[in-house]
Amino acid sequence: MKDPAPILAVERLCVSYGKVPALRDVTLRVAAGSVVTVIGPNGAGKTTLLGAIAGLLPSRGVLRCFGDEVANSPVEARVEHGLVLVPEKRELFATMSVADNLRLGAFVRRRDGAVAATLAEVYARFPRLAERRGQLAGTLSGGERQMLALGRALMARPRLLLLDEPSLGLAPVIVREIFDIIAALRASGVAILLIEQNARAALQVADHGYVLEAGECVLEGPAAALSGDPRVIASYLGHGKAFQA
Amino acid sequence: MRGAPAVPRIATAAFVALLVAVPLIAPPFWVTLGNYIGLYSIVALGLVLLTGVAGQTSFGQAAFVGLGAYTSAWVTTQAPVSPWLALPMALALTAVVALALGFITLRMKGHYLPLATIAWGIALYLTFGNLDWLGGHTGIGGIPPLSIGGFSLRNERHYYALIWVVALATLWASRNLLDSRPGRALRAMKGGLEMAEAFGVNGARLKIVAFVYAALLACLSGWLYAHLQRFVNPTPFGINQGIEYLFMAVIGGAASVWGAVVGAALITILKEVLQDVLPSLLGRSGNFEIVVFGVLMIVLLQFARDGVWPWLARLAPARRARAVPAAAPLPSRAADPSRDVAILTVHRARKTFGGLVAVDDLSFEIRTGEILGLIGPNGAGKSTTFGLISGALRLSGGDIAFRGQSLQSLTPYEIARLGIGRTFQHVRLLPHMSVLDNVALGAYLRGSAGVLRAALRLDRAEEARTRAVAARAIERAGLAAHTFDEARSLPLGTQRIVEVARALAADPVLLLLDEPAAGLRFLEKKALADLLRGLRSEGMTILLVEHDMEFVMGLTDRLVVMDFGEKLAEGRPDDVRQDPAVLEAYLGGV
Amino acid sequence: MDLSIAALLAQDGITNGAIYALLALAIVLVFTVTRVIWIPSGEFLSYGTLTLAGLQLGKAPGTVGLLVALAIVAGLVETASSWRQGALARLPRRLLFWVGVPLLIALVLARAAPLQWPFPVQVLLTLAAVTAMGPLQYRIVYQPLADASVLVLLIVSVAVHFVLTGLGLWFFGAEGSRTPAFSDASLQAGAVVFSAQSLFVVLASLLLIGVLYLLFGATLYGKALRATAINRIGARLVGISPSFAGTLTFALAALLCAFSGVLIGPITTVYYDSGFLISLKGFVGAIIGGLVSYPLAAAGAILVGLLESFSSFWASAFKEVIVFTLIIPVLLWRSLATRHHEEDE
Repeated sequence: MKDPAPILAVERLCVSYGKVPALRDVTLRVAAGSVVTVIGPNGAGKTTLLGAIAGLLPSRGVLRCFGDEVANSPVEARVEHGLVLVPEKRELFATMSVADNLRLGAFVRRRDGAVAATLAEVYARFPRLAERRGQLAGTLSGGERQMLALGRALMARPRLLLLDEPSLGLAPVIVREIFDIIAALRASGVAILLIEQNARAALQVADHGYVLEAGECVLEGPAAALSGDPRVIASYLGHGKAFQA
Repeated sequence: MRGAPAVPRIATAAFVALLVAVPLIAPPFWVTLGNYIGLYSIVALGLVLLTGVAGQTSFGQAAFVGLGAYTSAWVTTQAPVSPWLALPMALALTAVVALALGFITLRMKGHYLPLATIAWGIALYLTFGNLDWLGGHTGIGGIPPLSIGGFSLRNERHYYALIWVVALATLWASRNLLDSRPGRALRAMKGGLEMAEAFGVNGARLKIVAFVYAALLACLSGWLYAHLQRFVNPTPFGINQGIEYLFMAVIGGAASVWGAVVGAALITILKEVLQDVLPSLLGRSGNFEIVVFGVLMIVLLQFARDGVWPWLARLAPARRARAVPAAAPLPSRAADPSRDVAILTVHRARKTFGGLVAVDDLSFEIRTGEILGLIGPNGAGKSTTFGLISGALRLSGGDIAFRGQSLQSLTPYEIARLGIGRTFQHVRLLPHMSVLDNVALGAYLRGSAGVLRAALRLDRAEEARTRAVAARAIERAGLAAHTFDEARSLPLGTQRIVEVARALAADPVLLLLDEPAAGLRFLEKKALADLLRGLRSEGMTILLVEHDMEFVMGLTDRLVVMDFGEKLAEGRPDDVRQDPAVLEAYLGGV
Repeated sequence: MDLSIAALLAQDGITNGAIYALLALAIVLVFTVTRVIWIPSGEFLSYGTLTLAGLQLGKAPGTVGLLVALAIVAGLVETASSWRQGALARLPRRLLFWVGVPLLIALVLARAAPLQWPFPVQVLLTLAAVTAMGPLQYRIVYQPLADASVLVLLIVSVAVHFVLTGLGLWFFGAEGSRTPAFSDASLQAGAVVFSAQSLFVVLASLLLIGVLYLLFGATLYGKALRATAINRIGARLVGISPSFAGTLTFALAALLCAFSGVLIGPITTVYYDSGFLISLKGFVGAIIGGLVSYPLAAAGAILVGLLESFSSFWASAFKEVIVFTLIIPVLLWRSLATRHHEEDE
């Protein structure tokens, strides 16, 4: 992963809530067209990391995206830049239709004539959204909501997609579908930074991985190497010895 | 030890000396100004409690001032009644009105109260002006002066003494109140109603108490005003004056009782100066000082939201924290001697959000003296189940019973009273309060001191015992070194342990822990595990909702595994971790 | 009271109610998109009437000075914030928007006043001038407070009300103004007489409400505002910036208020400080709609108008008292109706 020009370069990123640090000196890179995953236990700061990269949270350190320093630009400017977050809570417009949610996804491309074509692509990728285009987003099932969140993000034509726990609360068959889509997106040239609690699935789809613990990056490497690492397995399944009396 | 830095005695003494000096040496103009500052301070003080502490706001305090002034004016001019007798009447009437208004508006979101106070402030002002028996817009004259033991307070300098004795007394009482059991609960409301209610605080009731307290202070000020002027008309009780009272509290610094005095003095003197200077400066007369006040407020709220007082307070050296004196612990609430019987039963619980089923037909029980782990992947419905048990969420179906009593229709504070303590997944401490004060809130239900006892400082024995209980809980949690630190200065992991200590201070029968190990380092997790084991050995029952399998495996007696809102497995940790369904759910198998 | 009097009162009530409804809609719009409880909406109404009255008399209205003053402050605020963010390259374009446009409108207004242009043009000029003040107010006061609580925003709103009232006195003077009726005609329907003026007010309000409905239902910008109101974070994530939404919202809201100022001009004499009480009636309507529902807010405002006109018949000295006391039963009803508001978050 020693790509000469990563599309996302995060160096010594720090985030604190008030006086309390939540992320300390996190450094990571995403190469063009690759999938990178960040795994780690709850409370490790994974969501905070994506929030800081997307611009929802103030941070210190270097944040270079497509070669430009974006640390001082607001969320909206980063979206225009092609950096789009699909958050853990989806954050859909619940009382608006599926179609309106998708159209708003292309808000930054409002002067772009090709939005209709992108909409057709998204409907082709998610036929279920096409069926439900007139339905309110708040009435969708969990899997459909996740598809809508993904579809809405794709409407902005992202170059780097930040995915926060896309499999959260979804049935296995839908999780499989979501991961298929992630693989397909990668094939179409979109880079992805993926946060997952489903570590095995994440490492299977990713090229490179980072393990975050208590706000610090403790391990990194090619995804294949990480998925065999005993430390990763231990932190996810536990052997039950560490906290015995 | 309180939220804001304490005022050094020498500063208090200097302030009192200044107060005493004014009527002795200053010209009458300054005495009059001093009188108004005193009267306004009393009103602003109520707003400090209501706005700065309890997080509510009123623009209608001027109307309460008017209610006090008009009641006394009318009663004492209609019949030869002593003003001292009219005072309780005015207070009673104000209390009734404030109770009614509070009951209607305070159960709803925060912004309805201020809007309602604007409307009712205007309505009352117009009523004063339109009722003939209250003198209409001309008002009521010939109000008798106050007298003490035959000595009539007609002289402004004498009245000055009375006003400031009352003002300082209310200041003292309010400060006492903040530093007490009800005061802690009041301050806790800023951390969100859900947090305060988890420790047995009846939030809606407490908000009404704060509102009535503020209204009574305003009424008191109005009563003093009526017998100072010996004439009342509607003008000083209009909505603009009501707004200015709020400005005083905010500009002074709504988080401290001294902010009320600072704000009242600043606004009163500034207004005097502006009304003097502006007409000649602008070459036109008019109410232009409101532009200055408005701009001042906007700039202040944009750049220094806490007002002037914190800046002044910073000049004073911080008071060093003392050790917590030993005291007998508060009466214990818990103790269920019988072991290994079902204490909490979840029966076919179901919870839906719109079209999403978060918890589906879930049944399990918690038995006394055990640590039960509720685990599952993110999004499995653990936190929803936690919310259902603690009363933060309502069941869509099924039932949850604690010691045979259904929790279905109980509020979170009623559930807390049954002896269920909890922590929050997203830490809910009061960042500016010390660890000790934060943990003492946990012992809320073990004390009984009310507003009156607290204000008059009759609660000290109980308060000492509360502090001792809190200190003991902090020590058990291994945080003794941090007892007097501000909560916000601790690392997130340590703050989680403070949450556990706060729940311990409540002496619960059943302890609900929501991901207490999240974000903790290895040694911290180990310490937490030891603490929980110690509690179990003393007979406490614990429900542990956790994501960290490693942490749960060595600690719990039994596990309930959830996935997609349903129970996936149940049993001893060693059996559960062999279960292929659990392995699949955890590591995922695509 | 006989039928014809009742009809007359009802007509009055609905006419005033239609004006309150526009204010109520502005209040709901501003609250849902920006969380600001917009107390100073009434001042924008006053400015609307007083601007049109000035143009009618052929003299430059105080709005000219107000616009210049606000533009200067906005320019300073913008310069300071661009400098702090190290984004001086963007400054010229922003100054053009925040300073250039308002100054241009002020210039046109000052030049046009003595020319006594036709009435519809004067109305358009009035609307343009007052509408421009909405975004200026947002830029100067509310945008720097984007992260503040509803309570802080409310206190700030009251402070803005103070400032705008004082500035109103300075720029427009203490005298009240009334604009001539749009029409003196009336329609006879049985025993009931409808004035064309009332019909015009109601129709104009309906028209404006219809335009808003289309804007929110069918245009991308309108949907962007709705999206911001529904989910602030979601809106940011698709690139709708809060300041963009706030600017657009305050422009629309100011337009609504200016329009109600134009409509109310022939009905009552408006002073620099009249707007406050009138807007509070809009607030009562908006609260009936829970500060979120447009149709309920509009219906509530009509109810306020009706209550006001009928109580002026029975107890004219207390009509305001009755209207403002209405808020108590309304809140009681809402508080009983929304007992479990925390649950469905």
